[in-house]
Amino acid sequence: YYLNYFMEKVIVAMQDPDMGMKMRNQRLLITVIPHAMTGHDIITWLIQKYSICEEEALHLGGMLLKYGYIYPLKEPRSIVLHPDETPYRFQTPYFWTSTRWPASELDYAIYLAKKNIRKQGELMEYEKERYSVLHKRINHTWDFVVMQAREQLRASKQRRKADRIVLECQEQAYWLINRPPVCSILLFYTALVYTCVALCLCLQIETCRRALGRNRVKSSICLEGFVKYSEQYQNHDPIMQGCLPSNPWISDDTAHWTMNAEMVPTPTRLRVECWSFSFMELLKDVMGRKEFMTYLEKEFSGENLCFWQACEDIRHGESSKIAEKVEEVYKNFLAPGAARWVNIDSKTMDKTLEGIKRPHRFVMDDAQMHIYFLMKKDSYPRYLKSDLYKNMLAKAIIPQETKKSVFPFMRRQRHSSPSPAQAAAQATEEDGRGKGAGPAGTNSDV
Amino acid sequence: MCDQTFVAATFGPCDSCGTASPLMNIYIKNEPINYCSFCMEVMACQGLQKGETLATLKKECESLKKKLEEDRGKLNDVELHQVAEKVEVVGALSIKTRRVLKGHTNKVLCMDWCKDKRRLVSSSQDGKVIVWDGFTLNKEHGMSMPTTWVMACAYAPSGCAVACGGLDNKCSVIPLSLDSNENCAAKKKTVAMHTNYISGCTFTNSDMQLLSCSGDGTSALWDVESGQLLQSFHGHTSDILSLDLAPSETGNTFVTGGCDKKANVWDMRSGQNIQSFECHESDINCVKYYPSGDAFASASDDATCRFFDLRADREVAVFQKDSIVFGASTVDFSLSGRLLFAGYNDYTINVWDVLKGTRISMMFGHENRVSRVRLSPDGTALCSASWDNTLRVIDIFCCFQA
Repeated sequence: YYLNYFMEKVIVAMQDPDMGMKMRNQRLLITVIPHAMTGHDIITWLIQKYSICEEEALHLGGMLLKYGYIYPLKEPRSIVLHPDETPYRFQTPYFWTSTRWPASELDYAIYLAKKNIRKQGELMEYEKERYSVLHKRINHTWDFVVMQAREQLRASKQRRKADRIVLECQEQAYWLINRPPVCSILLFYTALVYTCVALCLCLQIETCRRALGRNRVKSSICLEGFVKYSEQYQNHDPIMQGCLPSNPWISDDTAHWTMNAEMVPTPTRLRVECWSFSFMELLKDVMGRKEFMTYLEKEFSGENLCFWQACEDIRHGESSKIAEKVEEVYKNFLAPGAARWVNIDSKTMDKTLEGIKRPHRFVMDDAQMHIYFLMKKDSYPRYLKSDLYKNMLAKAIIPQETKKSVFPFMRRQRHSSPSPAQAAAQATEEDGRGKGAGPAGTNSDV
Repeated sequence: MCDQTFVAATFGPCDSCGTASPLMNIYIKNEPINYCSFCMEVMACQGLQKGETLATLKKECESLKKKLEEDRGKLNDVELHQVAEKVEVVGALSIKTRRVLKGHTNKVLCMDWCKDKRRLVSSSQDGKVIVWDGFTLNKEHGMSMPTTWVMACAYAPSGCAVACGGLDNKCSVIPLSLDSNENCAAKKKTVAMHTNYISGCTFTNSDMQLLSCSGDGTSALWDVESGQLLQSFHGHTSDILSLDLAPSETGNTFVTGGCDKKANVWDMRSGQNIQSFECHESDINCVKYYPSGDAFASASDDATCRFFDLRADREVAVFQKDSIVFGASTVDFSLSGRLLFAGYNDYTINVWDVLKGTRISMMFGHENRVSRVRLSPDGTALCSASWDNTLRVIDIFCCFQA
């Protein structure tokens, strides 16, 4: 539909009183048709106006004709633009395909009926076929069709010959486009619809086949999982268990948010507990990740977490930086003798090194997954049993529940907080470097 | 039948014959091809000749679907409410509206929370996108979009930008500027381009990538910086109305729901549709993952919400009641996944017990349809957006004997 918009712009330009085309009267046999132009004029104007070559002007002109914005006065059957003295005219906007789509069956039936009545044998073969098909299909309104056709013919007889010829040509051109004789356009649209439907079905079949091959887990196990999850997180759910010291939305006190900010000297108990629920919970929390890093460094396996973070950065970072980041990761973690070499099995290593030759967003996926599961199965459980974690848990805060205010109707003042956008802007100014040091998606303290 | 799923119009050299002409772009097995009309017709006719008619394809599809249902049923040894019999009943809920955000002059269509747990962004039929500090009710940014009906909006993980889109068929990313003299909307950057309205959008784990879904039946992953299309996802046969990103370990999947009554799960990396569920009886208006990522819920015009287990690969619960006759337009879970909040077209929000399948409570308050409900990131409040031009921040507490 942008196509129509663009073409209509051209048409409007062509009809501009000052800079548009020069119209003249065209002689058609013995009738003079006003406001017409030759094919040659059209081409010349297009070349001048848009500074294009003749070939392109022919193409553009042909498009205007094909889509019905201009129509020929002679040989109304042809929709090929002739760059000679062949006269053309602008189609009235009433007949523009963009405004009249879709053309109705009734209109077409009336048009064919008119043609049939006006001159017996004027209908072409394909038109005769369609006429009889329509006659069968909308038989119940056929009286109306014939009546309309007769009325329109009678009205047109009262017009001046020039007008009548113009109108007939306009109409003919319009129907040539909207109900073309069996040709590429019709077949093309049918083929297109067919292709779309076939494609949808093919995709569905593909999906079904894949789904049939998948491993499923027994319902009892899955559903038990939901029960366990709800139980485990119940204490952490402010709706089920409230939150300490108070829910900010109720008390207007933001202490709960301050105590649970990204980086605090001492985290809350619930937060540290959460790190033991799953490896993902530990990694999701910036503080948790920092603690885990401290632990890994004690065990001389800190490079695993660094590698994992670097891979996350590639996966979720800017497309333009992928190549350079992959290079960095290779240098620091994968190259033989690298400073922070990570231990990946040879098969994964080979595959990754091969992929690095043509770096893309997911090139590190297999290696990252390997290291992730290594940490999850090995380092993580040991961390949870470590003194580092146990001490953290022991000294974690359990906030005191705020006693309900003595004067409950006195509302606290609601303090605003710095916008994350502001904090980020300040950080950029202060460092002179962009935020990018941390993992992707870091947000600032509230 | 969607109108523009696979069809777009461009101009250039035909992939088959090489001549420069108006092209039709379609996808065969996720590969885009650009043919001129003549070559397209030739190709389609060849398809016809192979004897693979639509009828045979349809038949094959039906039989595969039947077999799939049988397979799914084989491992179904217990129902969710049976497993949940031993779980304690959720007590009465105390529900109070704590904030009413007024400012939009027309229906609020979408909202999203910021990771800082107090800010949120909302978009409306009035063409405006507003960033609020929900806590102080302060409007921090107000941006006018070129078209009305901004149907989707999302907050960036960093809190430094928002994305929005709607009838303009585009999804734009707007960096949030703190300079009060600067017009935020001026810095708007178009990222996603579809051939029909944008119904949903979300950032992935960073500000750099955007997922969008559209009325053109496709969803797509975009690189924000360059606007480049990274991956497109085809498979829905009608408008897609909602999407949600999985909170999983490997963070690579998302789910969409649409007017073809299907909910599809996609792999972001390969573009493949890895799971599909066709259980609803009408349009799916909203999909949302369970907090663990092992399941998701859907809200539909058939007045039900359903719960789908991804590991068992089947629907495990239907949340419905004879007295609920209006379509559900939005769902979200509480932090522990025990409660499901669903907004309906009869202006109410129903609270369901996910495990037991029963309705616990009903919330009134809005004066028109509820278009979106979203739990705040730390689970302390629920925000509901409505066609009555307002947003409400609601606190819910369970008076529960532990």
